[in-house]
Amino acid sequence: MPETPMSPTPMSQRHRITVTVNGQSHEREVESRRLLVDFLRDDLHLKGAHIGCEHGVCGTCTVLCNGESIRSCITFAVQADGAEITTVEALASGAVLHPLQEAFWEKQGLQCGFCTPGMLLRAYEMLQRDPDPDAATVREGIASNLCRCTGYQFIVDAVLDGAERMRAGASAAAASGSAETVDS
Amino acid sequence: MKPPPFYYAAPATVSEALSLLSEHRESEPRVLAGGQSLVPLMNFRLAHPTHVIDLNKVTELSFLRSDDGRLTIGAMTRQAVLERSAEVRLGAPLLAEAAGMIAHEPIRHRGTVGGSIAHADPAAELPAVALAMDAELVAASGRGERVIPATEFFLGPFTTALEPDEVLTEVRLPAAPGTGYAFVEFSRTHGNFALVGVAALLELDGDRIGRAALALCGAGPCALRVTEAERLLAGASPDGDAIGEAAEVAAAGLTPSSDAHASGEFKLRLTRIYVQRALETALARAQDRR
Ligand SMILES: Cc1cc2nc3c(=O)[nH]c(=O)nc-3n(C[C@H](O)[C@H](O)[C@H](O)COP(=O)(O)OP(=O)(O)OC[C@H]3O[C@@H](n4cnc5c(N)ncnc54)[C@H](O)[C@@H]3O)c2cc1C
Ligand code: FES
Ligand code: FES
Repeated sequence: MPETPMSPTPMSQRHRITVTVNGQSHEREVESRRLLVDFLRDDLHLKGAHIGCEHGVCGTCTVLCNGESIRSCITFAVQADGAEITTVEALASGAVLHPLQEAFWEKQGLQCGFCTPGMLLRAYEMLQRDPDPDAATVREGIASNLCRCTGYQFIVDAVLDGAERMRAGASAAAASGSAETVDS
Repeated sequence: MKPPPFYYAAPATVSEALSLLSEHRESEPRVLAGGQSLVPLMNFRLAHPTHVIDLNKVTELSFLRSDDGRLTIGAMTRQAVLERSAEVRLGAPLLAEAAGMIAHEPIRHRGTVGGSIAHADPAAELPAVALAMDAELVAASGRGERVIPATEFFLGPFTTALEPDEVLTEVRLPAAPGTGYAFVEFSRTHGNFALVGVAALLELDGDRIGRAALALCGAGPCALRVTEAERLLAGASPDGDAIGEAAEVAAAGLTPSSDAHASGEFKLRLTRIYVQRALETALARAQDRR
């Protein structure tokens, strides 16, 4: 609940919010109309989530909110107060790509890369639920995100390959008794 | 684009939301649910509310209850919950089937049941489901609560019987055990709004069709019930051409508008074909369920 209920002008009404992004807590003041994607890009300087259509159609602004994919261009930052947001920046650790990113690299699951952050997070979300999907399931799952370049086939290939890498990583981790998971 | 500035409040209860709505009624406050229709409109500046009352913290509006097969769904229940819920699949399979056709999953993660019904997009699935199922829609305001039958709720494109100070709080669906159901639609691309959608329920009475309920979206200014076709089906033999005739009757008298996506004539043709398909599927399922 914002502290400054209905102040003199809507412009001057600001909300203090605390949002956990990729495991790190951030406290900021935002205007009511601040879109979550602009908050991430301009206030937190996380440029991973892209802005395409700004009306919910293309999916390049996809982030995970409490583990579920949402369009950050049609969610206000003030609504993310108290939430856990995951952006594409969470996938790689330093220079080491996430297995899903490696698969996109090797299968050429991108050309210009504009849709890629959204595609990666949507695929990541899908694979959390279903680690071994078939091609039709992947195609259906990524239908929420538009790509103007690849024709989708290479993206489907990349997600299937990524799924395999993630499963291999998970079973290797289990075999070595490591508590570490591939998606950390 | 970005929305113009606005006042924002996120009440925690229905009664707080209602007092905010009445306190600011001069400024025509707007309720924010999933934001999946309202925020695009605000980004385009097609809607520019100066006061936005966010219902996302009103946890009491986010629930699913089933007693004796009768389902009650809180207005803030996310659309994604419908397709995953065993209660919905069992108690209102028509609703579960239709929910999976709303946009894509990331939209359904935030979009709400109440938001879709209150928004009343002529092509939206849930208003047609509410009509076919004889849903009761509960509206609350500072003046109290009232129950609006779905058949009296949808008045025109994006227009409902809700008063400006009213919040849709819950959707009540009567039990319909043993009923065959089908939701079918045609859309240009996967996950897009349908050009035409059909919700059908069909009960068998011995070897005859008992009761049928049929509602359309996309085929008129708002979702609509096609009662003449329902009357024709009631008591008819499922083996004859009752379904084909009902499809003709359902489309007769409709004048869907032409737009960028399709001509009215094409939508009419789709209506006939999809009513037929919906009824055939509902019939087959009714026969299976005995
Ligand atoms: C890319 C895309 C594709 C889509 N495709 C489809 C589709 O195929 N089929 C479909 O049906 N929808 C589709 N939608 C719309 C989506 O289902 C929306 O979620 C829905 O129309 C509105 O629900 P909401 O909860 O998001 O409401 P909001 O956008 O928050 O609100 C919509 C309107 O309803 C009012 N309102 C909301 N809740 C209440 C309440 N409880 N009481 C009173 N008034 C209320 C608001 O004030 C506002 O005027 C799509 C949206 C997008 C972005
Ligand atoms: S920028 Fe958000 S969906 Fe296109
Ligand atoms: S790679 Fe260019 S939009 Fe997908």
